[in-house]
Amino acid sequence: MIVAKQKPIDEIIEGVKNADKILIAGCNECVTVCESGGKKEVAVLASALRMYFMNHGKEVKIDEITLERQCDHEYLEELRKVIDQYDIVLSLACGVGVQFLAEKYMRTPVLPGVDTCFMGVTEQRGVWTERCQGCGQCILARTGGICPVSRCAKRLFNGPCGGSTRGKCEIDKDLDCAWQLIINRLKELGRMEDYELLIPIKDWSKERAGGPRKIVREDVQ
Amino acid sequence: MRLQYPSGIRIICLPCTGKVDLIHLLRSFEKGADGVYVVGCMEGSCQFTTGNLRARKRVEQARTILEAIGVGGDRVQMFNLAASEAPRFVEIAEEMTRKILALGPNPIKKARKKMVA
Repeated sequence: MIVAKQKPIDEIIEGVKNADKILIAGCNECVTVCESGGKKEVAVLASALRMYFMNHGKEVKIDEITLERQCDHEYLEELRKVIDQYDIVLSLACGVGVQFLAEKYMRTPVLPGVDTCFMGVTEQRGVWTERCQGCGQCILARTGGICPVSRCAKRLFNGPCGGSTRGKCEIDKDLDCAWQLIINRLKELGRMEDYELLIPIKDWSKERAGGPRKIVREDVQ
Repeated sequence: MRLQYPSGIRIICLPCTGKVDLIHLLRSFEKGADGVYVVGCMEGSCQFTTGNLRARKRVEQARTILEAIGVGGDRVQMFNLAASEAPRFVEIAEEMTRKILALGPNPIKKARKKMVA
Protein backbone atom coordinates (compact mmCIF):
# COMPACT_ATOMS: atom_id res chain seq x y z
CA MET A 1 0.00 0.00 0.00
CA ILE A 2 0.92 3.65 -0.24
CA VAL A 3 1.91 4.86 3.21
CA ALA A 4 1.21 8.43 4.26
CA LYS A 5 1.34 10.37 7.49
CA GLN A 6 -0.90 13.17 8.65
CA LYS A 7 0.33 16.69 8.23
CA PRO A 8 0.68 18.74 11.41
CA ILE A 9 -2.61 20.48 12.23
CA ASP A 10 -0.90 23.90 12.17
CA GLU A 11 0.13 23.39 8.55
CA ILE A 12 -3.40 22.32 7.60
CA ILE A 13 -4.93 25.31 9.39
CA GLU A 14 -2.54 27.65 7.58
CA GLY A 15 -3.78 26.31 4.25
CA VAL A 16 -7.51 26.53 4.95
CA LYS A 17 -7.78 29.52 7.30
CA ASN A 18 -9.28 31.84 4.70
CA ALA A 19 -11.92 29.41 3.47
CA ASP A 20 -15.61 29.58 4.42
CA LYS A 21 -16.70 26.22 3.06
CA ILE A 22 -14.40 23.24 3.31
CA LEU A 23 -14.88 19.68 2.18
CA ILE A 24 -12.61 17.12 3.82
CA ALA A 25 -12.29 14.15 1.51
CA GLY A 26 -10.86 10.89 2.79
CA CYS A 27 -9.99 7.76 0.87
CA ASN A 28 -11.06 4.23 1.75
CA GLU A 29 -7.94 2.54 0.47
CA CYS A 30 -4.27 2.74 1.52
CA VAL A 31 -4.56 5.81 3.74
CA THR A 32 -7.36 4.14 5.69
CA VAL A 33 -5.15 1.12 6.35
CA CYS A 34 -2.21 3.29 7.43
CA GLU A 35 -4.58 5.35 9.60
CA SER A 36 -3.81 8.70 8.07
CA GLY A 37 -6.69 9.58 5.75
CA GLY A 38 -9.68 7.30 6.23
CA LYS A 39 -13.15 8.03 7.55
CA LYS A 40 -11.93 8.19 11.15
CA GLU A 41 -9.16 10.66 10.40
CA VAL A 42 -11.56 12.76 8.34
CA ALA A 43 -13.92 12.96 11.33
CA VAL A 44 -11.12 13.91 13.71
CA LEU A 45 -9.74 16.61 11.42
CA ALA A 46 -13.22 18.00 10.75
CA SER A 47 -13.94 18.19 14.46
CA ALA A 48 -10.59 19.87 15.18
CA LEU A 49 -11.08 22.43 12.39
CA ARG A 50 -14.67 23.18 13.45
CA MET A 51 -13.42 23.92 16.96
CA TYR A 52 -10.51 25.98 15.67
CA PHE A 53 -12.72 28.22 13.55
CA MET A 54 -15.40 28.47 16.23
CA ASN A 55 -12.72 29.50 18.72
CA HIS A 56 -11.62 32.23 16.32
CA GLY A 57 -15.15 33.50 15.91
CA LYS A 58 -15.51 32.37 12.33
CA GLU A 59 -18.41 30.35 11.07
CA VAL A 60 -17.09 27.83 8.57
CA LYS A 61 -19.04 25.03 6.93
CA ILE A 62 -16.99 21.86 7.14
CA ASP A 63 -18.33 18.73 5.50
CA GLU A 64 -16.91 15.24 5.45
CA ILE A 65 -16.85 12.58 2.77
CA THR A 66 -14.78 9.46 2.31
CA LEU A 67 -14.57 8.13 -1.23
CA GLU A 68 -13.92 4.51 -2.08
CA ARG A 69 -10.80 5.64 -3.93
CA GLN A 70 -9.48 8.98 -5.14
CA CYS A 71 -7.35 7.46 -7.90
CA ASP A 72 -10.26 6.39 -10.11
CA HIS A 73 -12.59 8.54 -12.20
CA GLU A 74 -15.72 6.67 -11.19
CA TYR A 75 -15.36 7.42 -7.48
CA LEU A 76 -14.30 11.03 -8.00
CA GLU A 77 -17.49 11.53 -10.00
CA GLU A 78 -19.36 11.36 -6.68
CA LEU A 79 -18.11 14.87 -5.98
CA ARG A 80 -19.27 16.43 -9.25
CA LYS A 81 -22.62 17.66 -7.97
CA VAL A 82 -21.33 19.06 -4.69
CA ILE A 83 -17.79 20.28 -5.24
CA ASP A 84 -18.80 23.76 -6.42
CA GLN A 85 -20.30 24.43 -3.00
CA TYR A 86 -16.85 24.52 -1.42
CA ASP A 87 -13.99 27.02 -1.42
CA ILE A 88 -11.42 24.32 -0.73
CA VAL A 89 -11.25 20.56 -0.76
CA LEU A 90 -8.84 19.13 1.77
CA SER A 91 -7.94 15.68 0.51
CA LEU A 92 -6.56 13.11 2.93
CA ALA A 93 -5.72 10.74 0.08
CA CYS A 94 -2.16 10.10 -1.04
CA GLY A 95 -0.50 12.46 -3.50
CA VAL A 96 -1.98 10.42 -6.34
CA GLY A 97 -5.53 11.02 -5.14
CA VAL A 98 -4.95 14.70 -4.46
CA GLN A 99 -3.63 15.22 -7.97
CA PHE A 100 -6.33 13.23 -9.70
CA LEU A 101 -8.98 15.13 -7.80
CA ALA A 102 -7.33 18.44 -8.70
CA GLU A 103 -7.06 17.48 -12.36
CA LYS A 104 -10.70 16.57 -12.51
CA TYR A 105 -12.13 19.66 -10.85
CA MET A 106 -10.15 22.60 -12.14
CA ARG A 107 -12.04 25.39 -10.38
CA THR A 108 -11.77 24.19 -6.79
CA PRO A 109 -8.43 24.32 -4.94
CA VAL A 110 -7.45 20.90 -3.59
CA LEU A 111 -5.02 20.82 -0.68
CA PRO A 112 -3.19 17.77 0.70
CA GLY A 113 -3.89 16.81 4.29
CA VAL A 114 -1.23 14.11 4.46
CA ASP A 115 2.40 13.70 3.48
CA THR A 116 2.72 10.72 1.17
CA CYS A 117 5.82 8.75 2.13
CA PHE A 118 6.35 5.39 0.44
CA MET A 119 5.01 2.04 -0.72
CA GLY A 120 5.26 -0.25 2.24
CA VAL A 121 3.83 -2.76 4.67
CA THR A 122 2.27 -2.72 8.12
CA GLU A 123 4.89 -4.49 10.23
CA GLN A 124 2.73 -4.09 13.30
CA ARG A 125 0.00 -1.67 14.31
CA GLY A 126 1.50 1.80 14.01
CA VAL A 127 4.71 0.68 12.30
CA TRP A 128 5.04 0.88 8.53
CA THR A 129 8.19 0.23 6.53
CA GLU A 130 9.17 0.70 2.92
CA ARG A 131 9.27 -2.25 0.53
CA CYS A 132 9.03 -0.94 -3.03
CA GLN A 133 10.15 2.09 -5.01
CA GLY A 134 8.32 1.20 -8.21
CA CYS A 135 11.59 1.02 -10.16
CA GLY A 136 9.84 -0.54 -13.14
CA GLN A 137 12.12 -3.57 -13.51
CA CYS A 138 11.58 -6.01 -10.67
CA ILE A 139 14.54 -8.19 -9.69
CA LEU A 140 13.00 -9.84 -6.63
CA ALA A 141 13.24 -13.26 -8.33
CA ARG A 142 17.04 -12.98 -8.20
CA THR A 143 17.38 -11.55 -4.73
CA GLY A 144 15.35 -14.03 -2.74
CA GLY A 145 12.29 -11.79 -2.60
CA ILE A 146 14.09 -8.94 -0.83
CA CYS A 147 14.46 -5.70 -2.72
CA PRO A 148 17.88 -4.01 -2.75
CA VAL A 149 16.42 -0.96 -4.51
CA SER A 150 14.05 -0.06 -1.69
CA ARG A 151 15.81 -1.61 1.29
CA CYS A 152 19.50 -0.96 0.67
CA ALA A 153 20.47 2.64 1.46
CA LYS A 154 22.80 2.65 -1.55
CA ARG A 155 20.45 0.68 -3.79
CA LEU A 156 23.33 -1.72 -4.50
CA PHE A 157 22.70 -4.53 -6.95
CA ASN A 158 25.68 -6.62 -5.92
CA GLY A 159 26.11 -6.11 -2.21
CA PRO A 160 26.69 -5.87 0.62
CA CYS A 161 28.97 -2.89 0.87
CA GLY A 162 31.67 -2.38 3.48
CA GLY A 163 29.21 -0.56 5.73
CA SER A 164 27.36 -3.73 6.67
CA THR A 165 28.15 -4.74 10.26
CA ARG A 166 26.57 -7.64 12.08
CA GLY A 167 23.64 -7.57 9.68
CA LYS A 168 22.95 -3.86 10.16
CA CYS A 169 23.39 -0.90 7.84
CA GLU A 170 25.94 1.81 8.53
CA ILE A 171 23.36 4.57 8.23
CA ASP A 172 21.28 3.30 11.16
CA LYS A 173 22.09 0.61 13.68
CA ASP A 174 18.44 -0.43 13.76
CA LEU A 175 18.22 -0.83 10.01
CA ASP A 176 18.77 -4.30 8.60
CA CYS A 177 21.35 -4.59 5.85
CA ALA A 178 19.24 -5.58 2.84
CA TRP A 179 22.05 -7.64 1.40
CA GLN A 180 22.46 -9.54 4.66
CA LEU A 181 18.75 -10.31 4.49
CA ILE A 182 19.16 -11.42 0.87
CA ILE A 183 22.05 -13.72 1.77
CA ASN A 184 20.13 -15.19 4.72
CA ARG A 185 17.11 -15.85 2.54
CA LEU A 186 19.11 -17.36 -0.31
CA LYS A 187 20.75 -19.68 2.23
CA GLU A 188 17.33 -20.73 3.52
CA LEU A 189 16.22 -21.38 -0.04
CA GLY A 190 19.38 -23.35 -0.80
CA ARG A 191 20.15 -20.95 -3.64
CA MET A 192 23.47 -19.45 -2.56
CA GLU A 193 24.85 -20.11 -6.04
CA ASP A 194 22.54 -17.29 -7.21
CA TYR A 195 24.43 -14.89 -4.96
CA GLU A 196 27.57 -15.48 -7.00
CA LEU A 197 25.85 -14.35 -10.20
CA LEU A 198 26.44 -10.70 -11.01
CA ILE A 199 23.28 -8.70 -11.52
CA PRO A 200 23.71 -6.62 -14.70
CA ILE A 201 23.46 -2.84 -14.73
CA LYS A 202 19.89 -1.73 -14.22
CA ASP A 203 18.02 0.28 -16.82
CA TRP A 204 17.19 3.28 -14.63
CA SER A 205 15.20 4.90 -17.42
CA LYS A 206 12.37 2.62 -16.31
CA GLU A 207 12.48 4.31 -12.93
CA ARG A 208 11.80 8.01 -12.35
CA ALA A 209 15.02 8.90 -14.17
CA GLY A 210 13.12 8.42 -17.41
CA GLY A 211 10.51 11.02 -16.45
CA PRO A 212 6.87 10.42 -15.47
CA ARG A 213 5.83 6.92 -16.48
CA LYS A 214 2.80 5.61 -18.27
CA ILE A 215 1.44 2.16 -18.95
CA VAL A 216 -0.97 1.58 -21.82
CA ARG A 217 -2.60 -1.81 -22.18
CA GLU A 218 -4.77 -1.99 -25.23
CA ASP A 219 -5.88 -5.53 -24.35
CA VAL A 220 -7.85 -4.27 -21.38
CA GLN A 221 -9.17 -1.06 -22.89
CA MET B 1 -19.96 4.12 50.93
CA ARG B 2 -22.33 6.66 49.38
CA LEU B 3 -19.50 9.12 48.84
CA GLN B 4 -20.34 12.45 47.27
CA TYR B 5 -18.50 13.79 44.24
CA PRO B 6 -18.97 17.09 42.37
CA SER B 7 -22.34 17.27 40.67
CA GLY B 8 -21.06 18.85 37.45
CA ILE B 9 -19.58 15.56 36.28
CA ARG B 10 -21.46 13.39 33.83
CA ILE B 11 -20.35 9.77 33.78
CA ILE B 12 -20.33 7.86 30.51
CA CYS B 13 -19.94 4.11 31.07
CA LEU B 14 -17.86 2.04 28.69
CA PRO B 15 -17.04 -1.67 28.65
CA CYS B 16 -13.34 -0.74 28.69
CA THR B 17 -11.43 2.52 28.27
CA GLY B 18 -9.93 0.89 25.17
CA LYS B 19 -13.26 1.77 23.58
CA VAL B 20 -12.49 5.49 23.87
CA ASP B 21 -11.60 6.90 20.51
CA LEU B 22 -10.02 10.23 19.72
CA ILE B 23 -13.18 11.44 18.00
CA HIS B 24 -15.24 10.77 21.18
CA LEU B 25 -12.96 13.07 23.15
CA LEU B 26 -12.95 15.80 20.51
CA ARG B 27 -16.72 15.69 19.98
CA SER B 28 -17.23 16.17 23.72
CA PHE B 29 -15.39 19.47 23.50
CA GLU B 30 -17.12 20.39 20.26
CA LYS B 31 -20.42 19.91 22.06
CA GLY B 32 -19.30 22.15 24.89
CA ALA B 33 -17.73 20.01 27.61
CA ASP B 34 -15.38 22.08 29.77
CA GLY B 35 -13.17 19.11 30.51
CA VAL B 36 -13.06 15.37 29.94
CA TYR B 37 -11.23 12.77 31.95
CA VAL B 38 -10.95 9.09 31.29
CA VAL B 39 -10.81 6.76 34.28
CA GLY B 40 -9.37 3.38 33.42
CA CYS B 41 -8.20 0.37 35.39
CA MET B 42 -4.73 0.32 36.86
CA GLU B 43 -2.03 -0.16 34.26
CA GLY B 44 -1.20 -3.83 34.01
CA SER B 45 -4.62 -4.98 35.14
CA CYS B 46 -6.68 -4.46 31.99
CA GLN B 47 -9.02 -7.37 31.34
CA PHE B 48 -8.29 -6.86 27.64
CA THR B 49 -4.55 -6.42 28.23
CA THR B 50 -3.98 -3.00 26.67
CA GLY B 51 -7.31 -1.13 26.73
CA ASN B 52 -6.24 1.39 29.35
CA LEU B 53 -2.85 1.89 27.69
CA ARG B 54 -4.56 2.63 24.39
CA ALA B 55 -6.92 5.06 26.13
CA ARG B 56 -3.92 6.97 27.50
CA LYS B 57 -2.55 7.34 23.98
CA ARG B 58 -5.91 8.62 22.71
CA VAL B 59 -5.99 11.13 25.56
CA GLU B 60 -2.49 12.29 24.62
CA GLN B 61 -3.55 12.69 20.98
CA ALA B 62 -6.58 14.72 22.06
CA ARG B 63 -4.37 16.85 24.30
CA THR B 64 -2.04 17.68 21.38
CA ILE B 65 -4.92 18.63 19.08
CA LEU B 66 -6.77 20.67 21.71
CA GLU B 67 -3.58 22.56 22.50
CA ALA B 68 -2.93 23.26 18.80
CA ILE B 69 -6.42 24.63 18.14
CA GLY B 70 -6.45 26.84 21.22
CA VAL B 71 -8.97 24.96 23.36
CA GLY B 72 -6.29 23.87 25.82
CA GLY B 73 -4.71 20.45 26.19
CA ASP B 74 -5.03 20.51 29.98
CA ARG B 75 -8.78 20.06 29.71
CA VAL B 76 -8.37 16.35 28.99
CA GLN B 77 -6.68 13.89 31.30
CA MET B 78 -6.30 10.17 31.96
CA PHE B 79 -6.49 8.58 35.41
CA ASN B 80 -6.02 4.99 36.53
CA LEU B 81 -7.58 3.44 39.58
CA ALA B 82 -9.01 0.12 40.73
CA ALA B 83 -12.75 -0.54 40.98
CA SER B 84 -12.46 -0.76 44.77
CA GLU B 85 -11.00 2.73 45.17
CA ALA B 86 -14.14 4.80 45.62
CA PRO B 87 -12.42 7.44 47.81
CA ARG B 88 -9.77 7.88 45.12
CA PHE B 89 -12.55 8.25 42.53
CA VAL B 90 -13.94 11.13 44.56
CA GLU B 91 -10.47 12.67 44.90
CA ILE B 92 -9.99 12.54 41.15
CA ALA B 93 -13.42 14.06 40.51
CA GLU B 94 -12.61 16.90 42.91
CA GLU B 95 -9.12 17.39 41.47
CA MET B 96 -10.45 17.56 37.92
CA THR B 97 -13.28 19.89 38.91
CA ARG B 98 -10.82 22.26 40.61
CA LYS B 99 -8.59 22.18 37.57
CA ILE B 100 -11.41 22.90 35.11
CA LEU B 101 -12.82 25.68 37.32
CA ALA B 102 -9.38 27.27 37.28
CA LEU B 103 -9.17 26.96 33.49
CA GLY B 104 -12.64 28.44 33.04
CA PRO B 105 -15.33 27.45 30.55
CA ASN B 106 -14.61 25.76 27.25
CA PRO B 107 -13.79 28.62 24.84
CA ILE B 108 -15.81 26.88 22.11
CA LYS B 109 -18.93 27.22 24.22
CA LYS B 110 -18.30 30.92 24.75
CA ALA B 111 -17.53 31.47 21.05
CA ARG B 112 -20.70 29.65 20.00
CA LYS B 113 -22.84 31.75 22.34
CA LYS B 114 -21.27 34.91 20.96
CA MET B 115 -21.94 33.77 17.39
CA VAL B 116 -25.59 33.01 18.13
CA ALA B 117 -26.05 36.38 19.81
